[in-house]
Amino acid sequence: MNIAEFREHLCAIHPELCPLFSVEFGDGVLTIEREGFHQAMSDLKDLGFDRFTMVTAVDRTAGFELVYRVKSRSMSAALFVKCLVEREGPVIASVVDLWPSADWQEREVYDLFGIIFEGHPDLRRILLPTDFEGFPLRKDYVDSTVIRRPDYI
Amino acid sequence: MALIDRLGEALDGGQGGGIILSTLDSLVDWARGKSLWAMPMGTACCAMELIAASFNKFDFDRHGTFPRPDPRHTDVMVVAGTITKKMAPAVKRLHEQMADPKWVIAMGNCAVSGGIFYYDTYSVVRGIDEFLPVDVYIGGCPPRPESLQDAVLRLRERIATESIAPDRKREVALLLPESSGISFGARLGTPSSADVTDSEGDER
Repeated sequence: MNIAEFREHLCAIHPELCPLFSVEFGDGVLTIEREGFHQAMSDLKDLGFDRFTMVTAVDRTAGFELVYRVKSRSMSAALFVKCLVEREGPVIASVVDLWPSADWQEREVYDLFGIIFEGHPDLRRILLPTDFEGFPLRKDYVDSTVIRRPDYI
Repeated sequence: MALIDRLGEALDGGQGGGIILSTLDSLVDWARGKSLWAMPMGTACCAMELIAASFNKFDFDRHGTFPRPDPRHTDVMVVAGTITKKMAPAVKRLHEQMADPKWVIAMGNCAVSGGIFYYDTYSVVRGIDEFLPVDVYIGGCPPRPESLQDAVLRLRERIATESIAPDRKREVALLLPESSGISFGARLGTPSSADVTDSEGDER
């Protein structure tokens, strides 16, 4: 199913998601507000997106943009889902109840960006030591133990 | 190394032959140095060279060094790869589980100093000597298996200076080839900077 066909399919079944759909660099992108995020992801799963590929985050300075990638074997389609959360106290609904494979990936995003996934069964650090302070992939992260490369300064 | 390494020649040269007098120290050091079973602490790309060193092309076993997966079986821990702050307690714990006497080889730039992760990183330990007593450092990114074998030979030279009496050091005239360019003084007793081997002249 190519992007145009998928768009028609999506608009026929979920007309409320239709205006949120766009195409960026040849990939279908669904930009969702934080309020209806979990319901929209649940709708996408019911639509046939049975495979959760990844979740990551981008520090857009004004806030954090969460980027999800879901795939559908039945439709042979893949979709990016984006959702912007505010910088102070970033919270978003967890999708572990929909796709269990999101478990460790959401923990990684929490570990490096400090985004709280509401409803996650076990939200704690995964890559960094448990006593690590701060979230190192944020643009405003400062760490006195980091040695700057001399030719960068 | 010690005379005991050249037993055959010594027996041939002796009047009558058949009897050799040695010290217990040299016998113990010889036995320890010739069967250094290795704990392969491979965490990154250096582990590929560590694995290659054990297999048929390089055949680490001819030096008596043999990888064992259990720290309780091993004498020397070869830390091959980047050690993150999360991994460091596990490495330390494995090292504590090894039976004495035990030695540590830091293989590759990451284990020596953090390597390419020395700058601008929040998660990497800058050299395993921050938490482990390292005996031999091998530079290289990654070092070749020959470098690892050279490190084991250097470690054997170091072991030859140890005594079974804990506070005593043996003065051993190491049998170095003249071409090594290293004076005897530098190789006696406690190791000096001469113990740092550099495989390919990397910048760090």
